[in-house]
Amino acid sequence: MADFGGTDLEAFRAEVRSWVEANFPASLKGKPNPMMREERGNPPSADQEAWRKAVGEKGWGTPTWPAAYGGGGLSGAQARVIQGEFARAGAYNPIGGMGVMMFGPTLLEYGTEAQKQEHIPPIVRGDLQWCQGFSEPGAGSDLAALQTKCEDKGDHYEINGQKIWTSGAQYADWCFCLVRTDTSKKHEGISFVLFTMHQPGVEVRPIPLIAGNSPFCETFFTNARAEKKDLVGPLNGGWTIAKRLLQHERSGLSGAGGGGGMYGIAKTLDVLAKEYVGVDEKGRIDDTDLRMRLVTNAMNWRAFQQTAMRAMAESKGNSGPSAATSIMKNAGTWLMQERAELTLEIMGHQGLGWEGDTFTKDELMAVRGWLGGKATTIYGGSQEVQSNIISKRILGLPDLTQAK
Amino acid sequence: MAVLTEEQSMLRDAAKSWVQEKSPVTAFRKVRDSGVDIGYDAAAWNEMAEMGWAGVIIPEDFGGSNFGYLSLGLVLEELGRTLTASPLIASGLTAASALILGGSDAQKNEWLPKIADGSAVATLAVDEGPHHKPEKVDATVSGGKLNGKKVFVLEGIAANLLIVSAKEGGKVELYLVKSDAPGVTRQKLALADSRGAANITFENVAVSDADKLSGGAELLNKVLDRARAGIAAEMLGASVQAFETTLEYLKTRVQFGQVIGSFQALQHRAAKMFTELELSRSAVEAALAAIDADSPDVPELVSLAKAKMGDTFHLVSNEMVQMHGGIGMTDAHDSGFYLKRARACEAAFGNQAYHRDRYAKINGY
Repeated sequence: MADFGGTDLEAFRAEVRSWVEANFPASLKGKPNPMMREERGNPPSADQEAWRKAVGEKGWGTPTWPAAYGGGGLSGAQARVIQGEFARAGAYNPIGGMGVMMFGPTLLEYGTEAQKQEHIPPIVRGDLQWCQGFSEPGAGSDLAALQTKCEDKGDHYEINGQKIWTSGAQYADWCFCLVRTDTSKKHEGISFVLFTMHQPGVEVRPIPLIAGNSPFCETFFTNARAEKKDLVGPLNGGWTIAKRLLQHERSGLSGAGGGGGMYGIAKTLDVLAKEYVGVDEKGRIDDTDLRMRLVTNAMNWRAFQQTAMRAMAESKGNSGPSAATSIMKNAGTWLMQERAELTLEIMGHQGLGWEGDTFTKDELMAVRGWLGGKATTIYGGSQEVQSNIISKRILGLPDLTQAK
Repeated sequence: MAVLTEEQSMLRDAAKSWVQEKSPVTAFRKVRDSGVDIGYDAAAWNEMAEMGWAGVIIPEDFGGSNFGYLSLGLVLEELGRTLTASPLIASGLTAASALILGGSDAQKNEWLPKIADGSAVATLAVDEGPHHKPEKVDATVSGGKLNGKKVFVLEGIAANLLIVSAKEGGKVELYLVKSDAPGVTRQKLALADSRGAANITFENVAVSDADKLSGGAELLNKVLDRARAGIAAEMLGASVQAFETTLEYLKTRVQFGQVIGSFQALQHRAAKMFTELELSRSAVEAALAAIDADSPDVPELVSLAKAKMGDTFHLVSNEMVQMHGGIGMTDAHDSGFYLKRARACEAAFGNQAYHRDRYAKINGY
């Protein structure tokens, strides 16, 4: 428990608090993070840019990353202090995206010194956005079946093929991409390369989804160019790096950050239910079946949070790495999807509003969130792939799918 | 698994090796086959008491080690793995906590040392019908006489001391009643789980203020929450073992020329069980830790643990039978024991429906 409390941490808290007071523009208080999917298309305001630069220079958007590459160089406890102080001031963390969530941690582990010096600082500052070139039309759950071709052209690599579900590709400056460098082998013929999206051989087409606009794109490469220095790890050694990156992705996708309500809706489900369904003479939600399903979801959510806490304590404590982490993506996404269904059910017909002022903002969010959330058990390794991984890696059952 | 202190790790390891050596499931089978009235092996219970397990939550002044509820939970989890039958939950946990929280010095001095060394067995007699409803009390004390009937009393046959809920002047109180007191009649229940539960009637049993614990209904709730958390720890151990035994079978049983564990339909059900076990472990450990910390969250965390653990043991015990196929239906196999223990534990001190409703009430649903 040495991480919690203590005078050093309190001194640090005071430092963060006064820095936030001095640097966070009052106009942004309580405003949504421009990194959020709904806000991505809008050009940033001057205040948003100033806040991004201020946080980026401190390295506090990536507080636990090494200071040598511009990160905060801070402990987990100090990172939580920053998070707490930002929340207290109504401030968002302007440094985010796939560079922060997935690519940065992976490059810090597998990149050369020169690669880290070149690519990590712009992520820390929020100057450059990254997208993930992994899935292809014929390589979804079976990711290692990917076909995008990468040829050695002497002084550079040439890339031809198609990626799909490239989230945020339309806003991305760079792509970390899995490519086939050897067609005679499956997993051992894959390499991990980086290249700029701002080149003639790259074409991006957004994909409309069931929830309407989406961050997902199809991305086409026609004689696109990657520099030799931007191969990460050995040639044909990309699969190991990809697996590690997917672990970062899955831990970020479990929904562990969610609060009492549904995505984007501040009210908790019991409060919503009392408003929409009404209460009985004892003040209980006036639908006993719905009431019990709501409370069951809330209880399971609490057990999920307890498990996240336990996994964190165990990884720091005396028990070694926790097997509990393997269950987090499935458990978290199931609960969030169930919560989205419950929200819609609570709102009745009002929860089906697509657009227009007949519906509240929460009602419109409910239907979009419900539809958009169906993706969570598909992307980042579908629930079936997660179950394969638990079966094989944790339970030691025979592997028939070669899922990795 | 929670992060443990060195003493807790030693306690758990001692329990683990004793259970493996002295109390495998075959030991429980022997108890069942012997038909012994008390429903457990008295010699094994003596060994457990000698190792100090009956006194884990009892203060040192009264012969215990005062290690706390999470520590006792570790022992209960290990014992639960092999379905070890013993009065540890009834006596060393439930009754002991009632005396610790509500006993006078005289009451503590008389009973706690005997509970700690295993020479006395005590239990809580609270339910009066087939469903747990601690607030519904028809037993009464009036003019110094206790009258009423309590049912499904855990270890009711073995118990020397009964802690009985009864209404006096409309208020719920807990009374200490010796099981050999005039007017106490015990009826052994033959239940599917083969343990020593009893129905007990009280007819003009003499009680005085010296027999009353202090705290009334509030004390009863605290004691029940401690009992529930302990039962949940036993259920966790039993569920984990039921799952591991089943997993081993999936890796060895061959059909269609391959081990059945290579079939994805079974793999995904195994992964689901593992997921539920991990979530349940978190809930059980959090409830025990909250009791140790005397947190205001204890009632809701205990209800969460008992409900979640109940669902998981229910699932795993059913899957144990199903995945073992025909052999799982035979009495010679252990599956049936786990299935029967699961339902008995689920029903004890509130099933899943009871605790979901309680959680809902506490949180204003």
